[in-house]
Amino acid sequence: MALKREDGRKASDLRPMQAKVGVVPNADGSAIFTFGDTIAIAAVYGPKQLHPQHMQDPSTGILRCNYDLLSFSVSDRKKPGPSRRSQELSKMTQWALEPALDLEGFPNTVIDVEVQIIQADAGTRTAGINAAALALAHAGVPMRNLVCAVAIGKLDKDIVVDLDKSEEDFEGGEGPTDFPVAKLANTDQYTLLQLDGKIQPERVKEVLSFADESCAKIYEIQKKALKEALGE
Amino acid sequence: MCQDLRNSEESIKGGFGRMSTMDTSNLTIETLRQMFEQGKRFDGRSLKDYRPITVEHNVSNKAEGSTRVRIGKTEVLAGVKLQVGAPYPDSKDKGNLMVSGDLLPLASPRFESGPPGFNAIELPRLVDRAIRESGMIDFKKLVITGEKVWTVIIDVFPINDDGNLIDAATIAASVALKDATFPGLDKDNNVDYHIKTQNKLPLSKETFPVSISFYKLGSSLFLDPTREEEEAAEARITFGISLWNGQNMINSCQKRGAKPLSRAEVESMMPILLEKQIYLNEKLKKFL
Repeated sequence: MALKREDGRKASDLRPMQAKVGVVPNADGSAIFTFGDTIAIAAVYGPKQLHPQHMQDPSTGILRCNYDLLSFSVSDRKKPGPSRRSQELSKMTQWALEPALDLEGFPNTVIDVEVQIIQADAGTRTAGINAAALALAHAGVPMRNLVCAVAIGKLDKDIVVDLDKSEEDFEGGEGPTDFPVAKLANTDQYTLLQLDGKIQPERVKEVLSFADESCAKIYEIQKKALKEALGE
Repeated sequence: MCQDLRNSEESIKGGFGRMSTMDTSNLTIETLRQMFEQGKRFDGRSLKDYRPITVEHNVSNKAEGSTRVRIGKTEVLAGVKLQVGAPYPDSKDKGNLMVSGDLLPLASPRFESGPPGFNAIELPRLVDRAIRESGMIDFKKLVITGEKVWTVIIDVFPINDDGNLIDAATIAASVALKDATFPGLDKDNNVDYHIKTQNKLPLSKETFPVSISFYKLGSSLFLDPTREEEEAAEARITFGISLWNGQNMINSCQKRGAKPLSRAEVESMMPILLEKQIYLNEKLKKFL
């Protein structure tokens, strides 16, 4: 590989990760997940009665997600409150997690997942999804699987995993490409696929392989955090 | 600003929830699922066929560039306005691009007034990313002086929604950019809209971004849905794709809906993407 990563990582190296559950005592489930300097915290409230009533679904409980950056988590202060970006990423987070849940036993209810980014250094939506998946598991919500998420990047022609902010701002050649992926752990089912940049269609396959490899590592970190919470 | 009529419900269910009486019925969806499995559609197209596409130019003469695109009964207008503004602090040597728009109640009984719902937010964002990331616009050539740069504003408005608004809106936006000419500047480098120039925007000659959206129902993948087919879909993935330095590049992608896509499904889309990119570029050539 031609490219040298500034922090010395190999192409397939994720940044150091940390995961811990039970970080918000008020919540039914909660977790923190970090990729290097990116820190995401997630809290789950519910299942609880959904209001207004017309939004209730008698066949299943529903998932509602909110993702946002804390105002001081980025260099240029983010105005508090939902932006178009955060509204989009809230939906992306919801759709990334929904296939892992089994909420049929909780008709007419809602599960609220709140994700906040405390410190942003790229990969915030994927860190948020990892934290949210952990928080849902911690809350004891019935789940078919865990969800693992990672942003794969392409810097000029080189595919690398888990871009940090300095890499996201890379210039030259084919430029930076950001390709966040989420999947149901240990399956070939992708629940989040987004992309910005420039990538040849024939190279999408490579990206998915990098994502699979990274997600397997993330899955181990997530499982470890859950076991620790059980005192194992 | 307007929102999808079912936004309150939709924001929960993930965009493909169904409740109101004007929605596609379960019976229709089941029929569509069975037909798709046999590769058939109500209107006789195959699953990967587009409806007829037409483009009209200069549909609103105060805009610097404007276009009407029809795909079947779907109609979208795009207009380009150029303003002089300040550069963003983190890109002082570049002009700006803004894409916005709205789902007007004029275009569908499903759209209604109010704060923008997810669909109204998503549409311009997807058009924005397809165009911005393609490298079609040379932003460095939009600098007027150190403090003043051109801001390119593209607005997309559906006039009739019969499905596949994103693909239609991206075509409309790309053509409107191609058509746009700079307004004049006065001696202080402020815009004078009374002065028209023949100067076109600094655009790449080879790059013409298009969006191609795949929809999934059951195990079937299909393109260019009608409203009814779109309502029935369980997932969608939109790609922005263009030619860049002689190579086909995916510039943006976004999956929508709670149904996952398998690796095999994603990989199967790649050759179709290339084929449809060529198809759309050929179809649109005669309008450029």
